[in-house]
Amino acid sequence: MDRLLNAMTVLSVLLIVLVLVSVRRARIRVEYSVSWLIGAVVLLVLSRTRWLLHFIADAVGVVTFPPLALFLLVGCVFLVIFYRFSMIISQLKDDNIALAQRVAILEYHIQSLKDQAAV
Amino acid sequence: MSALETNTGGKARSTRLLILVPAFNEEGAVGGVVRAVHQAMPDVPVLVVDDCSQDATVTVARGAGAEVLALPHHLGLGGCVQAGYKLAFELGYEYVIRVDGDGQHDARDIPKMFEALRGSGCEMVIGSRYVNGDGTNTSLLRAAGIRFFRAVLRPILGKPVRDPTSGFVGVNRSALEVFSRSFPLEYPEIEALVVLQRRRFRFVEVPCRMLPRRTGRSSITPMKSIYYIVHVLLGVFVNVLKYERRIPKESRRA
Repeated sequence: MDRLLNAMTVLSVLLIVLVLVSVRRARIRVEYSVSWLIGAVVLLVLSRTRWLLHFIADAVGVVTFPPLALFLLVGCVFLVIFYRFSMIISQLKDDNIALAQRVAILEYHIQSLKDQAAV
Repeated sequence: MSALETNTGGKARSTRLLILVPAFNEEGAVGGVVRAVHQAMPDVPVLVVDDCSQDATVTVARGAGAEVLALPHHLGLGGCVQAGYKLAFELGYEYVIRVDGDGQHDARDIPKMFEALRGSGCEMVIGSRYVNGDGTNTSLLRAAGIRFFRAVLRPILGKPVRDPTSGFVGVNRSALEVFSRSFPLEYPEIEALVVLQRRRFRFVEVPCRMLPRRTGRSSITPMKSIYYIVHVLLGVFVNVLKYERRIPKESRRA
């Protein structure tokens, strides 16, 4: 179990570093890095705080194998992140379609004005 | 001033009709479609909405005498049709009839559709291959899908619809206003019926002929058909759930 928790600690630290580097290089916007950082910190804290992990394992009924509680919790956090990103992507797609339609219509009007001026 | 704007200024308000032709890589068919429409309705402008085709669709459509609304990137059928509806609404058109760019819709049926649109008082007219006809030029797979969606839509719409997947559709300005604000984006025909019915709008079906494709072939595969059914079913039920008020039975019977 210790080796598993150590691996989770390394994984969470790597995730935090990766997200921070990506933000610094402007590959991820700050507002979208927050969800990932929260998920990684939850993973880090639970993998290093044995009593908290046992408390949660007891609460969700997996006392025989406490790391399962860690996976459950982190899984829930990441589900929330994916759901949030699905909403953001949907909104962006709607905006993108509306913008493309608006661009096409404005181009049409501009061409009409040019044709009118040329006559 | 473009032909579309000239037409809206010069015609009596009640006869402002625009023919909308969504097209994607239809260089082989779109020219013939535009010419056929001009032959059937000589004074009516044709707007080809090009969904960012890779071929010469835009050039061919302009050469045939159509106005072209060129989208900057590929949006899919719903986004393409809605762009045309938005422009038509902005330019003040009273009626819009959509004809597919692949040449499957017979332009000689347009006058009949227009008459039904003006005379029936309905917000939407559907060109149906099943009202009087036998649905010739329809694949077995599509025919099965149509039967399935007829059964699904019957209780939702409160009246039967024989050809719910038909893209040969005419709308008046009320429906145009709704569609220019909100239009299903991926497989629009069936969902659009529900969108209109939720607003107590009415539709009527007009018998129409369906021609074989002029060029190319259908991209529908069995896997795509399953995806289509799931997607459209979900879209239908989402639109039903969106509805704020229950429709009284009397208004459904129209």
